[in-house]
Amino acid sequence: MSNDYTEMWSSLGLNLQAHQGLLGVLSDAYQNIYLSQQGRPEGIKYFDFVISEVHGQRIVEIVKKKMEGKPIIGTFCVYVPEELILAVDGVAVGLCAGADVGTDEAEKYLPRTTCALIKAFMGFKLAGLCPYVESTDLIVGETTCDGKKKAYEILNEVTGKVYVMELPNMKNDESKILWKKEVRKFARKLSEITGIEITLERLKEASSIVNAKRKALQRLSALRSHDPAPISGLDALLINQVSFYDDPVRFTSQVNGLCDELEKRAKAGTGVAPKGTPRVLISGSPMAIPNWKLHAVVEGSGAVVVGEESCVGERNFSTLFDRSFSSVDETIDAIADRYMTINCACFTPNNERLGDIKSMIEKLHAHGLIHYALQFCTPYMVEAYRVRQAINGGRFPFLGIETDYSMEDMGQLKTRIEAFVEMIKEGPHS
Amino acid sequence: MLVAGIDIGSITTEALLFDKEKGIVGYTIMQTGADSKKTAEMALKEVLAYPGKSASDISYIVSTGCGRKRATFAKESVTEITCIAKGVNYLFPDARTIIDIGGQDTKVIRVDKRGRVIEFEMNDKCAAGTGRFVEVMAKALNVELDKIGEISLQHKKELTISSICTVFAESEVISLVSEGEELEDILYGIHKAIADRTLGLINRLGGVEEQVIMAGGVAKNIGVVKALEKALDSSIKIHVEPQIVGALGAAILSLEKAA
Repeated sequence: MSNDYTEMWSSLGLNLQAHQGLLGVLSDAYQNIYLSQQGRPEGIKYFDFVISEVHGQRIVEIVKKKMEGKPIIGTFCVYVPEELILAVDGVAVGLCAGADVGTDEAEKYLPRTTCALIKAFMGFKLAGLCPYVESTDLIVGETTCDGKKKAYEILNEVTGKVYVMELPNMKNDESKILWKKEVRKFARKLSEITGIEITLERLKEASSIVNAKRKALQRLSALRSHDPAPISGLDALLINQVSFYDDPVRFTSQVNGLCDELEKRAKAGTGVAPKGTPRVLISGSPMAIPNWKLHAVVEGSGAVVVGEESCVGERNFSTLFDRSFSSVDETIDAIADRYMTINCACFTPNNERLGDIKSMIEKLHAHGLIHYALQFCTPYMVEAYRVRQAINGGRFPFLGIETDYSMEDMGQLKTRIEAFVEMIKEGPHS
Repeated sequence: MLVAGIDIGSITTEALLFDKEKGIVGYTIMQTGADSKKTAEMALKEVLAYPGKSASDISYIVSTGCGRKRATFAKESVTEITCIAKGVNYLFPDARTIIDIGGQDTKVIRVDKRGRVIEFEMNDKCAAGTGRFVEVMAKALNVELDKIGEISLQHKKELTISSICTVFAESEVISLVSEGEELEDILYGIHKAIADRTLGLINRLGGVEEQVIMAGGVAKNIGVVKALEKALDSSIKIHVEPQIVGALGAAILSLEKAA
């Protein structure tokens, strides 16, 4: 990082020494995993810069907004309607949850058998390592899984600023009514803390910003269907991770700029790996920054990751919201409906997710599917069975992985993934 | 044409020489120890000594096993999952399910008639129910490793070891000894626990398809084999030297790559 942010971090209440250590580890990991890649597009440099300033320049911007009286809203989940946050001039930020830090602190409050993501968001907060969570005015939780639900109670005790949205667990009409009420309530909450009335004009503008961002991410996703792949899975994952942090308008323009370059690459047949390289789709639990573990192993084993059926990935942007309505209520209801099209494993039944996976395999020309479940992430761990049955029944190459953020299973993980890639390379079996 | 395969496992390292016309020329098995790179070199030297060949006579070498990247003299490294499938296919062309229990990993592999992997399961970082587990139990009971299989067949009781974690199982075994349980019954319980754990992996692949082949060092333990046969209600075939299957597969891949 080029500037000295010590004063800012200190005023946010970060643990300076531990934070410095974390940035050091992050920068080394980024060097080893990202900057060592071959044949990266030019346009990725912007995202390298964003990462190098993820706890620096971006926090300066956020703190500035905060000083201007704009609300900083922290989120953990793609169900929290970003349109509404932008409609009250707010900043939506994904909170730190992707690294094995502050685990000792977190385990004072949470059982050891808690998923790594939950442990991490508690750990980041308790150890004073996340400038985002410290900048927030409101932390929005949601009832997606039991672990998160109960952890939010504790996080609220610690921070006093957690607001939980009740996400239903079924997709029927009654559930949709409940969710609409929740979304309206959230809109009222935002108006209450900002004093800004959400008007139709504000909703239209906010929706068009979020929509443009989703369209840009869809464009990136579609470009990954080319063989050779014009961008690595690691870089595409990074862009998806950054989408939760960056200023949405700037981000969209950078992604579109990168996509222009990728289009040229695709036309010229330039890629990050030779044509015919095994193509893997990853599906399952979210990968919060800096969780690059699985992608790094897959791409280090001679395959390329062509898509993520994940909340940090396709589920975040696959449905647009581009219709216009004549009233605020109507628009907010339609926004609520849009979010109910996200197929998270916390829903039952969740057959739509199986359809999403199949269609991604087809569109992206994937040769194999790796199902990724964080340990103790029960919804995805259990749904892995149905995914395997749906795409495979023993025919389409499938590998189920359960892991966490630690490096202690790297040996076994590498063996399993290399063997999976070897299996794909041998071609369809007789 | 002469090729070689080398399998650097967590406990043992195997090197195998293979001739295109004559088949297996020779093999060697040694303890991996702390310096796997050196061990790999020694194993290769040893396997070459008997037929009086030198490294320059070998057209291609594939390395495998968890230390596969440590054999710097190998032209290529391939995972043990692919190699075991190849090796078993050479020995048993009708094999469809392979259970390999090595030093720290258990793998269950479904293969087609050409020895290609269809699907596989492998234990995660925990080494419960693997070769290391058996070693620790044998030591706790003060019995030689190669005797425990036979001894367990003499069991009179269906003793259950409830824990599969190496650490907990060890203390459970020690308390069974102090309670006066017979050695053969305790060993039977240990083997049954390994079979049950392996069954968990097998079930994730939707059961076994015959023929079922067992490979890896633990296949030398007749007690585990019998317990697995009972659990699966299926007979299991084993090569006379189940530890060399990975190295054999690596050698066969060498032959394919050299061609």
